[in-house]
Amino acid sequence: MREFTYSRAVTLQEALTRIAPLANGKFLGGGTNLIDLMRENIERPDTVIDVTRLSSGISESPDGGVSIGGEVRNSAVANHPLIRERYPMLSQAILNGASGQIRNMATVAGNIMQRTRCYYFYDDAANCNKRSPGSGCDAIDGFNRIHAILGASERCIATHPSDMCVALAALDATVNIESAVGKRTIPFNSFHCLPGETPHVETVLAHDELITSVELPPLPFAKRSIYAKCAIARAMPSPW
Amino acid sequence: MKEQTPSTQNRRAPSSTIQITLEINGAAHTLEIEPRVSLLDALREHLHLTGTKKGCNQGACGACTVLCNGDRILSCLTLAIQYEGMEITTIEGLGTAGELHPLQVEFMEQDGFQCGYCTPGQICSAVGMIREFRNGLPSAVTKDVSARPVELSEEEISERMSGNLCRCGAYLGIRTAIRTAFQSEVIP
Repeated sequence: MREFTYSRAVTLQEALTRIAPLANGKFLGGGTNLIDLMRENIERPDTVIDVTRLSSGISESPDGGVSIGGEVRNSAVANHPLIRERYPMLSQAILNGASGQIRNMATVAGNIMQRTRCYYFYDDAANCNKRSPGSGCDAIDGFNRIHAILGASERCIATHPSDMCVALAALDATVNIESAVGKRTIPFNSFHCLPGETPHVETVLAHDELITSVELPPLPFAKRSIYAKCAIARAMPSPW
Repeated sequence: MKEQTPSTQNRRAPSSTIQITLEINGAAHTLEIEPRVSLLDALREHLHLTGTKKGCNQGACGACTVLCNGDRILSCLTLAIQYEGMEITTIEGLGTAGELHPLQVEFMEQDGFQCGYCTPGQICSAVGMIREFRNGLPSAVTKDVSARPVELSEEEISERMSGNLCRCGAYLGIRTAIRTAFQSEVIP
């Protein structure tokens, strides 16, 4: 892993002002994806700003929806009474998404920002337009059973690996993002980009912006929603 | 815990170490490390607490599982420096040779291992899993997530422990050990 500077922010303002001048700085959540990618030299930030100590938490919105802080751990979302009662599909998606240990570490914002699990993206010796724009895509004629059926392009067939994000998309969530110079709200379904001609551009987030929270609208039907997962293997292929 | 830990300025120039203090098994340890040192490597290489094992080093096997403020986490996928101000418990903090943890006793009684390499992670994970269950956390096999799960069935144990792999295949013994220790209600 390349060397980097570590910085811990405990307030949103600290986090935003510190990232602003750092073109190669990254926010760090639980680390379950970013640390792994840094170890593989796929991600190479000069500075990481730890935002796990921010404390927005989970709360009921004035309109009857629910607001979930970006720093909230996945297990805390899955176990929260408001989520379990009003949006059970979100609990189920998270519970289907990773092992108990990873759910205890991974944050909501980190889950949204995680990178694809495409084998060629992780393999520095392979061609990958997402990792190295213009180099080609070895997945298209390679092992691509876990790759995209819908939304792929001639340059990239990688998928976003999150279960949680599928539920957020179905629940018409919105994403609140903020930088030192302002804030904006993006519909969840517009937050991630299709690969198209620029598969290295994965979201609409700028380098100095942080996902501060995700808002779930009041949806009476969601009380009876379920998350059904169709997969070649469970998230953790289990010999148990 | 969260509020008491001070924020930091950019704490190092590249190529230098910094001083951090970690609270492990009830004792404070101060060490000089680079920020890129994982919690797992800090435990094993810097503090010589080698009970926590390095398996895949990429979050798939669970051998490196430790407890952070009582929650099970993977020490390989995170930086040691992120855990300042939190209480880390490793297998060394759960039981000693003279005073074994109830799960350690049951792992021996029920043949919950062969080579033993995954065992510290299995036991730390089981401690965290039982705490999650008692706190009402549902799992992927819980039929109704809006209700509290009523029974820690074989299926629930298997699903909840699926983040820990055992290459010897001692799953039957591990499951029995966990169920027996859970039912005896002696787990702290």
